[in-house]
Amino acid sequence: MSHELRDIWVYLSASPLLHLTLTLVAYLGGRWLYQRSGGLAILNPVLLAVVCLVALLWSTDTPYATYFAGAQFVHFLLGPATVALAIPLYRQVCTVRRSLPGLLAAIAAGSLTASVSAVLLGRLAGASDTLLLSLAPKSVTTPVAMGITERLGGLPSLTAVLVILTGILGAMIGPWLLTRAGIADPRAQGVALGTASHGIGTARAVQISETASAFSGLAMGLNALATALLLPLLWHWLAR
Amino acid sequence: MIESFAVLLVCQLIGEILVTAAHLPVPGPVVGMLLLFLGLLVRGTVPEVLARTAGALLQHLSLLFVPAGVGVMLHLELLADQWAAVGLALLVSTALTLLVAGALMAWTARLLGDKA
Repeated sequence: MSHELRDIWVYLSASPLLHLTLTLVAYLGGRWLYQRSGGLAILNPVLLAVVCLVALLWSTDTPYATYFAGAQFVHFLLGPATVALAIPLYRQVCTVRRSLPGLLAAIAAGSLTASVSAVLLGRLAGASDTLLLSLAPKSVTTPVAMGITERLGGLPSLTAVLVILTGILGAMIGPWLLTRAGIADPRAQGVALGTASHGIGTARAVQISETASAFSGLAMGLNALATALLLPLLWHWLAR
Repeated sequence: MIESFAVLLVCQLIGEILVTAAHLPVPGPVVGMLLLFLGLLVRGTVPEVLARTAGALLQHLSLLFVPAGVGVMLHLELLADQWAAVGLALLVSTALTLLVAGALMAWTARLLGDKA
């Protein structure tokens, strides 16, 4: 019996089917828990799925390369999905046209603050260059952040996890911190959440108001663009 | 559906080609996004089919990060070594970013007399 089971296991782990299926199931499980909790930021579906899958691969001694051979079909869709971000970006630009000058200034400053402060603080605390490169785009939406890190020579997978942690952190402290600092304007709260904490911050802004959510979504998109253009230039200066 | 998926892939492909040919440090898909955004600005509307395909892709955007996220298993040692630096940078930098972006937005809105 155990012999047969092992044969099935050997067969399954050699085909992409198993790890592709596990990826979808782990994500659906994570999403179910997140929704059951009423949208608690700490129960982020991606984080839950990653923890489950890492535990599973680790306990079955499966190398990441074997897992990725199956999961790459999902991973490939990141490229077209990044291009597709142009559509919500276009729609939001049209709805908030009036506030655009202030918005652009806030996002440019936020983009610079996010990457420069992360790199300087990380270096001060003794982080290696690889870690710094993976940390620098932490406030950018995951697909773009991974692309930036990859181009600069960091570790995209580490970036993915750091980006998600940044999102959770910002969604948890954002509204409290901004209110304490006397920033109550829902547009400003939205821009702050979208710039610092991308999609996870935007999910939190949805709970504040419709205005906050629109500004947050736009801030996320424009911050991704701004950081993708600025960070490679900035890195030369920061790396010295 | 197929047409709009082709549009997304063509934008990405042109983006990748531009990035490689001009040695740009920007990711190819981001250039693709910029191209599509400019295309929409010129056109003035989002075609219904494109909106639907993009919506389907973006609705489950976070699923697409999972395979890369699992790759963190290769760097657990690095994280264990430098967790303090990572924690400090994430917390302080996120708080600073929230305050800078929020304050600047609130301030310029007031300056321009743009009521909430």
